[in-house]
Amino acid sequence: MTTGPLSMRLCHLYPDHLNIYADRGNIAVCQRRLEWRGLSLEVVEVGLGDPIPADCHLYYLGGGQDRDQALVAEDLERKADPLRQAAEDGAVVLGVCGGYQLLGRGYAGSDGRRLPGIGLLDVETTAGAGRLVGDVVLDATLSGQTRTVVGYENHAGRTHLGPGCTPLGRLRRGHGNNGEDGCEGAVAGHSVGTYMHGPLLPKNPWLADTLLGWALAHAGHTERLAPLDDQLEKSAHAAAAARAGKKR
Amino acid sequence: MGMPSLPRGLAAGAARGAGRLSQRLGRGGGTTLPGLLLNLLRPESTAEMARSIPGGVILLSGTNGKTTTARLVRAVLDASGTKVAANTAGANLERGVATALLNADGAEVALFEVDEAALPALTAQTRPRAVTLMNLFRDQLDRYGELEHLAHRWREAVSALDPSAVLIYNADDPVVTEVASGHPNTLSYGLEDPRVGRDRLPHAADATECRRCTAPLRYDMVTIAHLGRWSCPACGWTRPVPDVRAIRVDLHGLDGQRLAIATPRGPIELSLRLPGMHNSYNAIAATATASAFALAPESIGPALAKREAAFGRAERTHIGAVRVTTLLAKNPAGANENIRTMLLEDRPLHLLALLNDRTADGRDVSWIWDVDYELLLDGDRLASLTVGGDRAYDMALRFRYAGFDPERLSIIPSVPEALDAALRAGSAVGDIYVLPTYTALLELQAELASRGLAPSFWEDR
Repeated sequence: MTTGPLSMRLCHLYPDHLNIYADRGNIAVCQRRLEWRGLSLEVVEVGLGDPIPADCHLYYLGGGQDRDQALVAEDLERKADPLRQAAEDGAVVLGVCGGYQLLGRGYAGSDGRRLPGIGLLDVETTAGAGRLVGDVVLDATLSGQTRTVVGYENHAGRTHLGPGCTPLGRLRRGHGNNGEDGCEGAVAGHSVGTYMHGPLLPKNPWLADTLLGWALAHAGHTERLAPLDDQLEKSAHAAAAARAGKKR
Repeated sequence: MGMPSLPRGLAAGAARGAGRLSQRLGRGGGTTLPGLLLNLLRPESTAEMARSIPGGVILLSGTNGKTTTARLVRAVLDASGTKVAANTAGANLERGVATALLNADGAEVALFEVDEAALPALTAQTRPRAVTLMNLFRDQLDRYGELEHLAHRWREAVSALDPSAVLIYNADDPVVTEVASGHPNTLSYGLEDPRVGRDRLPHAADATECRRCTAPLRYDMVTIAHLGRWSCPACGWTRPVPDVRAIRVDLHGLDGQRLAIATPRGPIELSLRLPGMHNSYNAIAATATASAFALAPESIGPALAKREAAFGRAERTHIGAVRVTTLLAKNPAGANENIRTMLLEDRPLHLLALLNDRTADGRDVSWIWDVDYELLLDGDRLASLTVGGDRAYDMALRFRYAGFDPERLSIIPSVPEALDAALRAGSAVGDIYVLPTYTALLELQAELASRGLAPSFWEDR
């Protein structure tokens, strides 16, 4: 499907283990939104034991079951240096749910075990009593713009931010990072972590294009992203926001 | 919980009365309310009523196929002249089982489909004579949590079983096989025809690692999601050779299939009016369950052959000149099988996809991104697409990102109006296919009933 020269490379980390909340939807959104603009994307899949390439422009980490996340955490810690280097150079890193926790400093499980994180985000996660589940509506801020983002959350971890990062946004609905401070997600440079799936990107085209814009700039493209007809995306966004918090 | 238990007769009387009242007030069929009340008034009722069934209790559980398989087992028991008490489709929590037991006067055997999460409690209460464990797939993550969590609870349920109880299980599912491995009295089933298998796992298959040593499993054949002929190359743990095996599977589109099944008591040739490989599994699950009850092979085939589809499971009705085929699609494994089954049809497909996000559907609609709708777009098989339900726009987006032209898409949240639009689109070929989630299926059935076309679901048996 790719025509012309390659526009950017996306590294999908652990697609076989971190895919529980339909993470492939986020990858499909990156693929299509570039394709519709005549740009092309190569997706590099990296599994357990595979080395992480340092030359990708966007890195994606999804969510997994506890068992899978434990497997991944140890593997990722061993080989994260190229990822840390790429992030430092300006590549975009997006972690959703379990992927968010893995981008942080670590996860203290309910069994007393601590899973390592790679420290791209200055956040610390501990297992809480009970899961935080439900619709989320957020006023998210990136690149100085604030927009509404909608999604769904389902996590046992309670995440607290350190001084090295800022929240992705303020909650209008939902539990967010820890159910206490009204914040959701974390941002440091071009590294973004969030508990929001649904999947995250299809109903939030502004967020998708912001991240793709950063990644394309990192890949050396200077022109602005051409606008797309996002009527469907906006309707789905509005429908999800309207249903959030409603009793069913 | 502090409240004293009411005497047996009084509790049962009150619960029955509440059910009749509910029906009279038009609040539904009373398939769960009496049981709910009974469990409150006298918590030990389920255990007491279960003990009084002379031939014992059979429980069936799994993510997909419970309702259909229970109907198939019921057909075999009916044909053998056994008087059976059963719960109605969907009433598969503790209250639904209690309601069915309340109405079980004179039954020789009780047969219940049981929600995956309710299995441990119902196993403890009913002390079943047989339990059939069918599969565990990714489903309603907001409600059930992770598959591992359910597997763990099933393991506890199995360890609490009476050693003499028969545990019937799907050997093609490594999760279920591991759950069953501690029990002394088992009967396994599986699918053996390599012609219907695939050579690689679909997207988002869960549990593809060895349950004993965590190495990736090797599959000689994949059937549905993570089901198939698996083995661990690292520690040698291998799918057991099933006691009941479908050795030949001939799928005939939506019309049904022919199966050749080997059982310890002899072979069965079977013509089934239910389509798709998921129903091949349901048929061998039913065959295994029936043969655990020493029912003769020659009586099983004819009984299963007569069974039509359960409520909304490849069910067919006519609206005017248009044939409407309804295929309940509530999780990725089930929806993928429906799509594969539709693709066996040799005609353009007019599709109505209905997505709700109510409690019984799962409120998280992420799962539609794990379904391989792309298969419908390969070869341009989709002639028209109408999407409806509370989350119609999410479904529309799913197809847009699959590559379907949004200009060709009708988005109509109202289920009755979406149905009419799909009927108009499909009128030229005289056929439409509906993929609803659970509560969308209930809405659809209510709409058909209001047009005088189908019975209400609580009459479904």
